[in-house]
Amino acid sequence: MVLRDRLSSARGAFSGFLSSVVSRGVDDAVWEELEEALILADAGVGTATALIDQIKDRAKAEKVADAERLLALLKATLADELGGRDLTLRADGNPAVWLFVGVNGVGKTTTIGKLAAREVQGGRRVVLAAGDTFRAAAAEQLGQWADRSGAEFIRGAEGADPSSVIYDAIEHAAATGVPLVMADTAGRLHNRTNLMEELAKIHRVAGKGPGTVAEVLLVIDASTGQNGLAQARRFTETAELTGVVLTKLDGSAKGGIVLAVQDELDIPVKLVGLGEGLDDLVEFDADEFAEALLS
Amino acid sequence: MFDTLSNRFEGIFKRMRGLGTLRESDVDEVLREIRLALLEADVNLHVVRGFQDRVRQRCVGAEVHKALDPVQQVIKFVHEELIATLGGETLEIAHPAKPPTVVLLAGLQGSGKTTNAAKLASWFKQQGRNPMLVGADLQRPAAVEQLRTLGESIGVPVFSEPSDPVAVARRGAAEAVASSRDVVICDTAGRLAIDEEMMEQVGQISDAIEPHYTFLVVDAMTGQDAVTVAESFHAVLELDGVILTKVDGDARGGAALSVKEVVGRPIAFSSTGEKIDEFELFHPDRVASRILGMGDMLTLIEKAEEVYEEAEAEAAAAKLLEGEFTLEDFLEQMRQLKKMGSLQNLVGMLPGVPPDLRDAEIEDDRIAQVEAIICSMTPEERAAPRMIDGSRRQRIAVGSGTRPSEVSQLLRQFSEVQRMMKKMGNKGPGSGRGKRKKGRKGGRVTPPGTRQNKSRGSRVTPPGGGENKSGKPKLTLPGLEDGEFDLSSLR
Repeated sequence: MVLRDRLSSARGAFSGFLSSVVSRGVDDAVWEELEEALILADAGVGTATALIDQIKDRAKAEKVADAERLLALLKATLADELGGRDLTLRADGNPAVWLFVGVNGVGKTTTIGKLAAREVQGGRRVVLAAGDTFRAAAAEQLGQWADRSGAEFIRGAEGADPSSVIYDAIEHAAATGVPLVMADTAGRLHNRTNLMEELAKIHRVAGKGPGTVAEVLLVIDASTGQNGLAQARRFTETAELTGVVLTKLDGSAKGGIVLAVQDELDIPVKLVGLGEGLDDLVEFDADEFAEALLS
Repeated sequence: MFDTLSNRFEGIFKRMRGLGTLRESDVDEVLREIRLALLEADVNLHVVRGFQDRVRQRCVGAEVHKALDPVQQVIKFVHEELIATLGGETLEIAHPAKPPTVVLLAGLQGSGKTTNAAKLASWFKQQGRNPMLVGADLQRPAAVEQLRTLGESIGVPVFSEPSDPVAVARRGAAEAVASSRDVVICDTAGRLAIDEEMMEQVGQISDAIEPHYTFLVVDAMTGQDAVTVAESFHAVLELDGVILTKVDGDARGGAALSVKEVVGRPIAFSSTGEKIDEFELFHPDRVASRILGMGDMLTLIEKAEEVYEEAEAEAAAAKLLEGEFTLEDFLEQMRQLKKMGSLQNLVGMLPGVPPDLRDAEIEDDRIAQVEAIICSMTPEERAAPRMIDGSRRQRIAVGSGTRPSEVSQLLRQFSEVQRMMKKMGNKGPGSGRGKRKKGRKGGRVTPPGTRQNKSRGSRVTPPGGGENKSGKPKLTLPGLEDGEFDLSSLR
């Protein structure tokens, strides 16, 4: 499907990274290169080492002696780890509320715009709630996405209480029979206690009215390094994440940090962002991701 | 979760105490730990290798300094090497004879270009310059509106028009000349390093305005890919430096090292918070310690030393322990703390500070308020705050521009601190934490009001409500649980 094509064309310059490995037998250098490939993809040393140990055992048991099969084995293991999850975005509730959270600049607003377009194209009415009342012109940005996607749009005054803006949007949706509210939130660094408390309140208040918080999606930038794990930990403590959206995967970054996130916190990657266009959002595919990670 | 590098070293070095020199096999082991620490800090793998080689050269056969144990010795090497790599040349902005100074910002999506364009403008303004902003990001919806709002908040004009980015940049630069602005900062759309079309476009923007300074804006949370990004942008734009953003997060910031190594240009500025003035010239030593997971211990110690004149501190310490701690002393402490810089940043520098404390937002404004309140008291009142009754309280409040309740709050907190100090003094020698070092008693007092919640209101865009009043952790410095805090215990 789309992901692989886009990624392989995008990564023309970087493909063949492991090609030197492929035609060789299995020696220590091969193991090292595989581990390094994982590290360079931001999987983290811990995750990389654990994976390599796992593959070593399997390779021994299955008597894998050439590097090409080893690479295939690693990809399959990765895909197994990441795959087999339920990626459906739950829509129970009247309305269902999807909350988008994350640190600054990861692409929350853009993701909502694209997802709104997808839902509207699927025949569903959607209300977008401009819950980022902090960043200058964040509501205007979401408003433009609402226009493009054909979603309805509720905003408050700049600096308004984000919880109440989102609550208003939910009430509006309930009153007018719109089944889905997508709520934007301000980017916040996960180590800012008061901002995380603000988020906890948003989460609480969003579930109080007529709506049901059906999804809380953490948006992570594919270029994020090891800090991504700390982000996921703190955000899920605060707002019980149901999934991850991995954005900007059309760049040169490979997003390996989601391996650690899924491994430690068991939060599945549900969507992948591949650009700034309306339809540049696809469902996560573990096989393609594994392939791209090691390409 | 991350062991600090020094903790890791402890284990290795336990076995080799007493040896006069570092042996090669020990060094190998140490270097493996360094590699791990650097990778966990997101330093690029290839950059780590070069770094390891340099540290190895310094370690092998190096004589262990008498005053340092091997652990400290290696940390010193690593730290120095990190600073050398990160620092070296520092960027000084030289303005051309014929203004304006043209600055171009570029980077990936979401790295913080727009926000930092405004921050940089504000920084130039503080330098006595007359900056202008150009919004050439016509890609992201409402990016120009964002820049206009920010520009308005700092009183800097913004030029943009809905044409194409190259034309906007060109006209913006011309507009700066026409309106006699001496600095013009051009914001551009975020772009992926591998997007050839967009990279070509930013090249054209650069050709059109011929910037004196081109900065790559890099998110401090970036992982291994920072190298690719820096290389690609450098190839097209010939960068002059880097602006490292979101440094107020808890990422270790290894990307800074990677980018510096690859581009060979200094990290010029770092953005340390959401407020517009939380933006400063880059300090390589701070980030070096942070990459190693040591907080900014070294900087902190230096700062404390600078600020605190020994004698002054000793006298204060003696008073503290005897329970003669007065509001005057309290005020003095506050002022010393203030000299050391933003409290928020200061706490962030301390290694081993629990996260919830590190995140406690401490209001520098509040210190000014405390200062005002205490200065509005008579010397008698300061010496014996008990005499402050209703009418005195009213007078002090009027004098300091605060509310009587705020005066009461300060007095209450002061008496708590005083009681605590007394208790500590009465413990006598040998109790509690043992020896008290002289002269390092700087930051021990819990600044009153730190429990208070800070709304987001003081940041760039003033929001209204929405702040919450609960859960702000009380600020106590590490090791102060029982009233004692000593910088020298931080190791």
